[in-house]
This record gives sequence, C-alpha cells and structure tokens, in this order.
Amino acid sequence: MSESLAWEIERLPTGIPGFDQVCSGGLPKNRSAIVAGTAGSGKTLMAMQFLHAGVKYFDEGGVFVTFEESPADLILNVKSFGWDIDELIRKKKIAVVDATPDPGENNIQAGAFDLAGLMARIENAARSVKAKRVILDAVGALFPQFSDSNLVRRELHRIAAGLRRLNLTIVMTMERLDEEGGIGRFGVEEYVADNVIILRNRLEQERRRRTIEILKFRGVVHQKGEYTFTIDRLDGITILPLSAIELKQGSTNKRVSSGIPELDGMCGGGMYRDSIILISGATGTGKTLTVTHYIKAAIEAGERAILFGSEESREQLTRNARSWGIDFEGAEKTGLLRIICRYPDVMGLEDHLLQMRRDIDDFKPARVAVDSLSAFELAGSRRSFREFVITLTSHLKHKEITGLITNTTPMLIGGESVTESHISTITDTIILLRYVELHGEMRRGLAILKMRGTQHQKDIREYLIDGEGMHIRDAFRGVHGIMTGTPTYMFTREREQLSDMFTAKPLSLDE
Amino acid sequence: MIYRLRLFITGRTSHSLRALENLRQICESELKGRYEVEVIDVLENPDLADEEKILATPTLVRKLPEPVRKIVGDLSDREKVLMGLDIYKSEPAPSEE
Repeated sequence: MSESLAWEIERLPTGIPGFDQVCSGGLPKNRSAIVAGTAGSGKTLMAMQFLHAGVKYFDEGGVFVTFEESPADLILNVKSFGWDIDELIRKKKIAVVDATPDPGENNIQAGAFDLAGLMARIENAARSVKAKRVILDAVGALFPQFSDSNLVRRELHRIAAGLRRLNLTIVMTMERLDEEGGIGRFGVEEYVADNVIILRNRLEQERRRRTIEILKFRGVVHQKGEYTFTIDRLDGITILPLSAIELKQGSTNKRVSSGIPELDGMCGGGMYRDSIILISGATGTGKTLTVTHYIKAAIEAGERAILFGSEESREQLTRNARSWGIDFEGAEKTGLLRIICRYPDVMGLEDHLLQMRRDIDDFKPARVAVDSLSAFELAGSRRSFREFVITLTSHLKHKEITGLITNTTPMLIGGESVTESHISTITDTIILLRYVELHGEMRRGLAILKMRGTQHQKDIREYLIDGEGMHIRDAFRGVHGIMTGTPTYMFTREREQLSDMFTAKPLSLDE
Repeated sequence: MIYRLRLFITGRTSHSLRALENLRQICESELKGRYEVEVIDVLENPDLADEEKILATPTLVRKLPEPVRKIVGDLSDREKVLMGLDIYKSEPAPSEE
C-alpha cells in the first residue's frame, strides 16, 4: 500500500462527536475498519452510532448486518439514546441483514460452498437504501457456524472487497478476550481491514475508564495514543480528544473586573477577557467569596455567567452570596446567571466534562466559575483528572470565556496541590490565598503568583473578610517565608532600611 | 410423505451447477415421485434469501417434512445430504408416518 502515501485518502466524516477530530477528518472512505474491544467496551454502540449519525447528519443510508444479536435487540438497545432505527428502516434509510444463526439449528455441511449468499443479501440491502455505510456487527460469531475458519476469513475478505467496490465504508466489530494482546480471536484483521480501532474499558482506581485508540489507519495520518470517551443518553459515544485541541493563547487585551477593585489594581487593571484564573488556598481563606465577587462583577457588567458548584449546594451558595449582599437568585431569574451544582462523585469525570461543556455551549456565558475544581480530584484517577482539567480549561479558552477556578490546598499554611501542578501551565493567572501566622495571630495574605502578558504586583498583601466581602490591604513587610508557611521576621531597623531603599513613600505597617 | 426442498444458489457458478446436478441425482434415486424442488437464485431473489437467513450458497433447505433443515454446500457429500434430509438408504421406503 505504499502508493497510498503519495495521495491523500478521502475521508468519510462519521458524525460521532470527537471521533473525526481524533482521526483527522473521519474514517478512510470506501475502506473497512475493524472496531475491536472486550465485552461491554461499546463496539456495537459505536457501530450503530456510525450508522445513525450517517443518516442524521449526512443523509447517508446504511446497512447493518448482525451476526450475534437479533436485529430487534440491537434496535431496542439503542432506543434509549433516542435513536429510532425502526423509523429509519421504514423511511428506507437503514436496512437490516439478519445473519444470526437460528437457535438450535446446526448447519450440515455437505460439500463446497462460499458466502456469496450473504454478499448478495448485503448488496441488495445496500441498494435498497442507497447505502454509504455498512456495519458488520460481531463478525466473530460467524466462525462457529462453519467448520472451516480459513474459509470464513477468506469469504469475509471477499465481502469486504466487494463492498468497497460498491463505494461503501465498512465498520466491523470484533470481540477481544482481554484488553491487551491480540486484536481479535480469528485473525480477521490480518486479512480484512485496512484500519483497526480498539476500544478499551479498564478499571482504574475503582473507576471505569473508557478509551479509544486508532491502532492503524493504513496510509493515513491519525492521532496516536488513547483518547477517553464517554457514553451518555444524549449523544451516545463522545470522544474527548485531549491533545487534538489546539492551544490558543490569549490574544485579547480587553480586561474584565474580578469584582474586587484592589485585586484589579494589583493585576494592572483587571483580568484578561479570555484568561483562566486559578484561586488557590486552604479552607476558609475566602475562595468562594472571591468567586462571589467575580460573579457579581459579571452580573453588574450585564454579562452571562455560569457558576459550577462542586462542594456546596445551590442553597448554600445563594445564601452565602446574600449574606454579602449579592442576589444570585435575582440574577438567575433575569437569565444572567446559572448555578449548576453537581457533586463530583455522582459520575465519572468524562461525564462531568461532557455535561459542563454542554452547559457552556447551551448558556453561552462570558464567564465561568468552578468552585472548586480540586473537589473533582477524587472523582477519577490522576490521569483522568489531568485530562479533565486540561480539556475543560482548553474549552473555555477556545470559547474565549473568562474562567475562574478554585483549588483547595490540603494544608492550612503553605503547600501546593495536584491541581496547581496540573494546570499551572494552562492558567494565565494564579492567585494564592494563604493563612499567615503573625505575632500569634492568624491573618490572611494574598499574592499573585503569575499573570501572563502583563505586569502585576509581586507583594504579598494582607486581606480582610467582613460582611461586605473581601478587602485587600497593604503588603506584609518585614516577614519572609509566608508562602512556605514558616514566616520569619526581620529586625525593625533592617526592615525600615530595606523599605526605604525600595519605596519612596512611607508605609504604614499596622492597619 | 412429500419432500419440499428449496435450493439457494448464486448465479451459475461451478458450486451452483454441481449442487443442482447432485440434488437431481439424489432426488431421482431416493425420492422419486415424492419431491418438489424450487431453485432460487439469490442474486435475483434476495428477499427470499433474507427470509431463510441464507449466508452460504449453495444451501439446500428442507421445508417439508418439518422441522426445517439446512444443508450447506454443493451436496457432493451424498451421505451427509441423505442424513440431513433424514433419508435412510438401507430402508426401502419410509412407510412410518
């Protein structure tokens, strides 16, 4: 197939969300692809979705050939996704070829034969719906029906070649016994398919993690490695391509207010419109308050905002906001705000991501807040969490939405958490909220760790929280090591000398 | 007892022709006077093939007597065909009915 490298093979966009992105445009057209996976990995669903999406998005007819499950079962199984295959059969968009063995029937073999009968039936079905797509579900089930595996392999090869000549793109599903090792049981892939896709369903830290890998696309460029996917009632399979998302860096210089005037000042006049801001701090340092200010600023600017709550209920969030004089409920009524509270444990991270993406695409907010992001850490493996964070923040950036996400640090004083290390590269601004033990008192300090593309104050500033919210005061002077959690003090004289050296105006050290 | 048989073939391939000839011989020698054979070319009549769920061709379907039986292949293995059709060569005529 070396000649195929010289020209680009035409693609057939599948319409399966995320899939075409991962395989650079779709399945190679008029070729056959094997989708292999263990029981319950989603092979049949993917094949059915390939067919259904073909009709739905491209008005391409399809044929399904089933070797194992009865057509009635297959149709029933995908009904829960809202796919009415019966209706599409009536409308002559989809045709069925039932190739399941009758129960109790055993074929007596008395002489030479081939599977031309099956081929003729598929061809007839394809003609009747002007098909562009064919799925052969569970080809492995064909083998036990006949004593000669070689013959079945050869015949499958002939069928695949015959269907290609009719300009049909073929998806065959095949069961694997385990996640690693050989692709299928009968060596079909060696003969039949130009393209092999593997679906996996692994248990990782007590969570199911579904992945898809394009093992080979003959003569075609595709993304390497495994991609997470999820199955849900609305879209069926959605693949969440991670590295396929292009990283678009902030290009705007429009600023938005954080809702705290002093903080805007420290950042040189507010946050960039399409930036991701991470607020990191221990419990009780005022992260949710910062979020509340930020949402309030959005409401006052007449911008739409979504607040994703993962630790507190909507009642708690609105009550807290009310105690700071901010009316979340009113803003929800006027359609500026949507509060969405989902506890991280209720579903997998892939599903959370899918839901959040849907909420964002549906509500089209200018700002999004996630309080807190770190609560999701325990809802999946380290790796899925990392993918979750990166994919979510990339989505926000892609849509040019300002994102404020909070991270709860495990230690009261100092410290860093996984969230910080995962997303520090993708965030544009990191704001640390820290407890500071000073002269036997717990006080709070705020620092801007980084802010991309602009000057910002490097001071660690003290802040107070009262009934009106957060107030940022002056910088701590004469103390080192606040961020590490072990502050040390300088002698007053030295301190004064130093501050004289660097600041012109005298500083008041006590508020 | 009437044997109602259907032979599914795909066009005039060598498999098809051999199956036709083998079936003719078996019927003439074993079922003379009590068989009906319908030959169905799947290429011309795919709907009937759907009905019988034909995958392999040639396939001989015994519709009657019941139960329905399927015999796959060009019927060159005479013993197996007779077994599949429940015709016992040693017995002069199946009189038990």
